[in-house]
Amino acid sequence: MSMSANPSGTTPVRMMPSSAAPKKPAAPVQKEDAMWLQKELVNGNYTELANARQLGKKVSATFVPGNLNELLMCFDFARSLPETNALQNGMRKKSGKMIMDAERDGHSEDVCTYVKADLGMMLQGQVGPTGEALPTPDVLLLSYTGCFTFMKWFELVRQKYDCETVMLHVPYQGEGHVTQSMRDYVVKQLKENVIPTLERVSGVRFDIDRLRQYMRESAKAEEDLVWTLQSAKRKPSPIDGYFGAVYYIGPIFTAFRGTPEATKFYATLRAEIEQRIRDGKGPITPEGEMPEEKYRLVVEGPPNWTSFREFWKMFYDEGAVVVASTYSKVGGVYDFGFRHDPDHPLESLAEYCLGCYTNLNFPQRIDMICKYMDEYQADGLLINSIKSCNSFSAGQLLILREVEKRTGKPAAFIESDLVDPRYFSAANIKNRLESYFQMIKQKRTAAGAH
Amino acid sequence: MTLKDIVDRCEALFEDTRFGAVRDWKAAAPGRKAIGYMPIYVPRELIHAAGMLPVGIFGGGDQLEVIQGDAYYQSYICRIPRSTLELGLTGRLDCLDGLLFPSICDVIRNLSGMWQVLFKDKYVKYLDLPQNYDDATGGSFYVREMQALREDLARLAGREISDAALNASIAVYNENRKAIRELYAYRAQKPWQAPTSEVYLVLRAGCVLPPEEHTRLVRAYLAAADAQQRPRRDNARVVLTGSFCEQPPLGLIKSIEIAGCYVVDDDFQLIQSWLLDEVPADGDPLQELSKAFLHRSASTASKYDEKKADKGQFLLRQVKTRGAEGVIFAAPSFCDPALLERPMLQEILARHGIPYTAFKYAENTGQMAPIREQAGTFADSIKLWSAA
Ligand code: SF4
Ligand code: SF4
Repeated sequence: MSMSANPSGTTPVRMMPSSAAPKKPAAPVQKEDAMWLQKELVNGNYTELANARQLGKKVSATFVPGNLNELLMCFDFARSLPETNALQNGMRKKSGKMIMDAERDGHSEDVCTYVKADLGMMLQGQVGPTGEALPTPDVLLLSYTGCFTFMKWFELVRQKYDCETVMLHVPYQGEGHVTQSMRDYVVKQLKENVIPTLERVSGVRFDIDRLRQYMRESAKAEEDLVWTLQSAKRKPSPIDGYFGAVYYIGPIFTAFRGTPEATKFYATLRAEIEQRIRDGKGPITPEGEMPEEKYRLVVEGPPNWTSFREFWKMFYDEGAVVVASTYSKVGGVYDFGFRHDPDHPLESLAEYCLGCYTNLNFPQRIDMICKYMDEYQADGLLINSIKSCNSFSAGQLLILREVEKRTGKPAAFIESDLVDPRYFSAANIKNRLESYFQMIKQKRTAAGAH
Repeated sequence: MTLKDIVDRCEALFEDTRFGAVRDWKAAAPGRKAIGYMPIYVPRELIHAAGMLPVGIFGGGDQLEVIQGDAYYQSYICRIPRSTLELGLTGRLDCLDGLLFPSICDVIRNLSGMWQVLFKDKYVKYLDLPQNYDDATGGSFYVREMQALREDLARLAGREISDAALNASIAVYNENRKAIRELYAYRAQKPWQAPTSEVYLVLRAGCVLPPEEHTRLVRAYLAAADAQQRPRRDNARVVLTGSFCEQPPLGLIKSIEIAGCYVVDDDFQLIQSWLLDEVPADGDPLQELSKAFLHRSASTASKYDEKKADKGQFLLRQVKTRGAEGVIFAAPSFCDPALLERPMLQEILARHGIPYTAFKYAENTGQMAPIREQAGTFADSIKLWSAA
């Protein structure tokens, strides 16, 4: 899974030091200002990673769900997120070859393609999505939140590069809630394993006040993110809560949560959306304003990255807006009130990890989707089932049935993959979507007739 | 009982997708309860100490026609969750009063929640096994997990589970594990006397029989197998690995043997040999079970290796102590843990000059010819190798 996307996909990326202000290229692609800001952040981070060795910085790698960005910043790490690298490579159409290289190197065609895209990138000399070589991480922080494959992924990286690895085992919410025992377990690992290892690798002493300060920033940004995502409750929705939300969640789910830049990003974003609301506008798409909102959908499952724009177009061309998505909660579920809490820093980090979307059990996931259907006044649920991702996908057909049963709204199911272009069949998906929209229309007409 | 009687009995138990043995056990006394568990490991001692029957659920095999279960899963997900759902939805698991889902992978994890939705009247627990092996950290968490399970089971049983009862159950399972160790040692020593297609059935009987009875059965099998002289063949000695969850069909195990391989170690029924030595039965039972898990348990893809140097050690030990000449990686299709683990293990084997081959299967794989051919070629190459 994961974030920080570049909607244009094909827009050439220019390199620049992170301090220099980017100039807007005269691209045909339409973006909100916040999106440019986002792109600048992401590219800046790649530059920092590429130059980490010259800058004397240690490098960490960690996963999006349950990432401890605030903590990593306390040790001055440059921060890499392998899922984001895979995603970015997917958007730039580079992942297909990487996956095939990994398969040639002995990896099964059956397993998660994020892992293979990452390993394939290493086989190609660690050249990152922006064309700069990425350094080998000094530490792999294995936040084992919401997905078992993470563990194998970092064991594989460790096997190749001999990197120091530190495990943070985050228990699953098997019974639908976080217990004190789970919280204590995570906090204890933070204190006894994670923090000492990060101190040793970085040579920087842990300062809890520094952590608190980052968390204060996180909470501010989280507030604005939630406001943004919830603005989709309006009719028409001023945002797209899936394709558009991919940009919105980028900074906060990755290397920027806790930085003043992220706070600024979310404040800018919020101001832009407020303006859109005042102007009565719908979401912005890569081809400009979305003229009319015809269908409101909730989407479960990650998007496809290799044909992201083509996929999105299938929606906006039909006037379909995604008003809420579960994918935009993989790096943290904030809309039910959780905020990073500087007064209880470690407990709150634990709570954050435990609460990520794929760490929720099935009844919770179903409840959440039904709630979205209701609160966002959606016409239906669409599941994009990802071949790679057992964490999301195993059991989604039950989600579909249950949500249909409980809400009485139609649901549809499509299949694709995150970064493996071999599993994106545009014609099939388009057909399926068109008949789904028809079905919604018919249901509506039938309901109106009563 | 003759060897044939024993094997036939095990085979009948294995093929009975209605779990008649469990139903019979329950019917033999009023109020008896049975608790199922999925692969790879749960502390069965807790269930046993509650007076209940632990029942291993390893999918539907190749006998069960999966119809309803398929409606819940995409084509790219392994077979075991769908056949397990089929077992549940067709009422075959009605004899279970609850089902435990240990943390093996995301598929089983998600199945635990599906079970909660679909079988609302049954007890369901997702058992999070620790991935941190420090007593005070992972150990404390695990003890609390076990304590929660203990309390749940006590509620179901309508009585407390005392430390004494738990220690007695630990002793019962120590005996069972000892018998399994003897079985494995015997097979490694004389694989022609105890073929894996039989050993497997004897192990599978442990999924449905009370442990005391299973221990007797294992010993009876050992005695009967040793009493009957069988022809010794010039087979290659292999360790089979990767089959810790969804099980290969029995025909596949037979095919490997027919192709010229003696399986001298495997990971089919890890739970039965998960704890590697005797668990003290006179201490604090949960603490002892926890320590055994953390420090003296088997290794598998679902369990984190703390250090790079730990990776593959368990497999290398299997190869070495059993005198194996090669390794067969046999993993279920779409099994992320087994298939992601595989290249790491292969690299280590290559470094040690241990030959290997790999294939995938599904529990309902019908076509054995390609596997027989591959295993045959592998066996031949090993023999050539050792002759060279
Ligand atoms: S299985 Fe899913 S959550 Fe896990 S690494 Fe792959 S895409 Fe991400
Ligand atoms: S066979 Fe593999 S992927 Fe399937 S449930 Fe078992 S461990 Fe998980």
